Amino acid sequence: MSALKTDHAPSPRTVPDRARPGHRGDRRPGRGRASSAGGQLHAGRITYAVLIVVTVIALFPLFWTAVAASRNNTRLSENPPPFWFGGNLFKNLEIAWTDANMGLALFNTAIVAGSIAIGTVLFGTIAGFAFAKLRFRFRNLLLLLTIGTMMVPPQLSVVPLFMAIAELEWTNQLQAVILPTFVSAFGVFFMRQYLLEALPTELIEAARVDGASSLRILWHVVFPAARPAMAVLGMLTFVMAWNDFFWPIIALTQQNPTVQVALTGLGRGYIPDQSVIMAGALLGTLPLLLILTLFGKQIVGGIMQGAVKG
Amino acid sequence: MTTTGSPVSAPPTEQGGAAPRHRTSPPSREEKRRERRSRWYQRDVKWSPYAFVAPFFLFFGAFSLFPLLYTGWASLHKVSLTAPTDMEWAGLHNFSRLFEDEFFWNALRNTFSIGIISTVPQLLMALGLAHLLNYKLRGATFYRVAMLAPYATSVAAATLVFVMLFGYDYGMINWALGAAGIDPIDWHNDTLNSHLAISAIVIWRWTGYNTLIYLAAMQAVPKDLYESASLDGASRWQQFVHVTIPSLRPTILFTVVVSTIGATQLFGEPLLFNPGGGANGGPDHQYQTLGLYLYEQGWTNLHLGRASAIAWMMFLLLVLIGLLNWLVTRWMQKSELGRKTARRRS
Repeated sequence: MSALKTDHAPSPRTVPDRARPGHRGDRRPGRGRASSAGGQLHAGRITYAVLIVVTVIALFPLFWTAVAASRNNTRLSENPPPFWFGGNLFKNLEIAWTDANMGLALFNTAIVAGSIAIGTVLFGTIAGFAFAKLRFRFRNLLLLLTIGTMMVPPQLSVVPLFMAIAELEWTNQLQAVILPTFVSAFGVFFMRQYLLEALPTELIEAARVDGASSLRILWHVVFPAARPAMAVLGMLTFVMAWNDFFWPIIALTQQNPTVQVALTGLGRGYIPDQSVIMAGALLGTLPLLLILTLFGKQIVGGIMQGAVKG
Repeated sequence: MTTTGSPVSAPPTEQGGAAPRHRTSPPSREEKRRERRSRWYQRDVKWSPYAFVAPFFLFFGAFSLFPLLYTGWASLHKVSLTAPTDMEWAGLHNFSRLFEDEFFWNALRNTFSIGIISTVPQLLMALGLAHLLNYKLRGATFYRVAMLAPYATSVAAATLVFVMLFGYDYGMINWALGAAGIDPIDWHNDTLNSHLAISAIVIWRWTGYNTLIYLAAMQAVPKDLYESASLDGASRWQQFVHVTIPSLRPTILFTVVVSTIGATQLFGEPLLFNPGGGANGGPDHQYQTLGLYLYEQGWTNLHLGRASAIAWMMFLLLVLIGLLNWLVTRWMQKSELGRKTARRRS
């Protein structure tokens, strides 16, 4: 699998070769020049203009988070609102860091999201391989069950999960957040779809003929073949787990929070300092934005890959 | 190569299982070794699939399936958060009480309202944007990654920013409206406006993600469909409507289902949109969703049984919507088929 693949895929050719305003009516069927143009259509000025506007809208709230985090509460309750950075960024970051326990929160979130990503990828790959390439009784039934529960709202299991962790005295401990999402039906389904195509059945048969055990095949054939999809699933899961909100806020408290739980705590004071809240939001978002800028191409490719096959 | 459909186990068992059927002499050590290996082998082939799916189902059963069923059980009981193991049988009381509860209906209405306002424009915009991104672009990756940035932002961080942007007195949006000569809008206390504001957060976070999914599907549409359409004299817009959209139908259905599920479960945005805290969804419950109502009943009012009943109502709602979706798809396929046959006849 290549994340790049989609970038230059030949795409539908349409009649006019440029999006030109004012030339709408000037279109006749099968005009020679246009139909022999070939390849992908170039974007016109309007397309760029729209995309740039959308990009600005997509990025502006993030930019403004940083702007607000660099001001103070008084400046934020004045008109017009600030559009550029002030000088309070580091002070606010420091307050958020200590008040909301941000250091601990980031550390906790990294552990939680990392463990969930590892669990989802590892067990998703192994089970996905079995569902894609091995024969066993009840295979289809079990697969159907797995896919079916993807539709079930997480709220449905919150009450008993809460009772269970209360019983186990896991409240406020990280395993209470990690274990319930340690494996995911989506992960199994995602890996199955990928391995169905990416892993030739002959390769497994050849390994069997050579006398390889199932574990050896898993290690030497399946894992290498699945690596690209494992990376994508890992990143997607990491992002999801990092941003997860509903269950952590129930299972944890401000004493041992994840980033999202800590953020809600920041917003709930009597006279909340908005600039400090924004500094906290910035701290909680930056790691993921960093990952997105580093692996953006792969993540985008992964989402698109999953969409075509899923 | 054998056919892909054949059992994977077939070749090795024949290869390894070398013991002859009618033995004339006692088996040699080599033969014994082989037999042992072959037995082990067969066992490996037979049981390892179960071993491979076992860890998943262990966690899955403990943390997904069991809670699912247990919630149903709990919804028939009176359970308090303070003593969750103390259950008192209540029959359908939680459900009947729910139906008489105006806040339940309010939450249901709000969930629908916010769900529609957030899902419909979001998917339409994603479709249009995907169409634009499907052109040959300079810096295509940049646009794609930039549009995905909101997806990487957490509900908490996004909502906190939007609460400020939607502020009444000093929010940037009202300021911009003021600059355009429009009176400030109360984004928090007015029902419709608060729904619009919360939908804006959802739309902001998810449009880019859906755009990429549509884009992927668009790139898989066969090129010659467009060629023949253009030969038939279809304009660019007609091609979009008559070629792109029909080819994308399964993908569109997928995103509709996923967004519907997401909308039914909406929780973080309305919770944090209330800067005073609390799960009431505003002083008049004007933007309390089902997810929020469940949380309020369970974790503020301590009625876990009632919370379970709400959870099951949400589930039934999803099943209902899923059924509706399925019916609509079938109807669409049928009418499509009807149109095609009609065209062929004419």
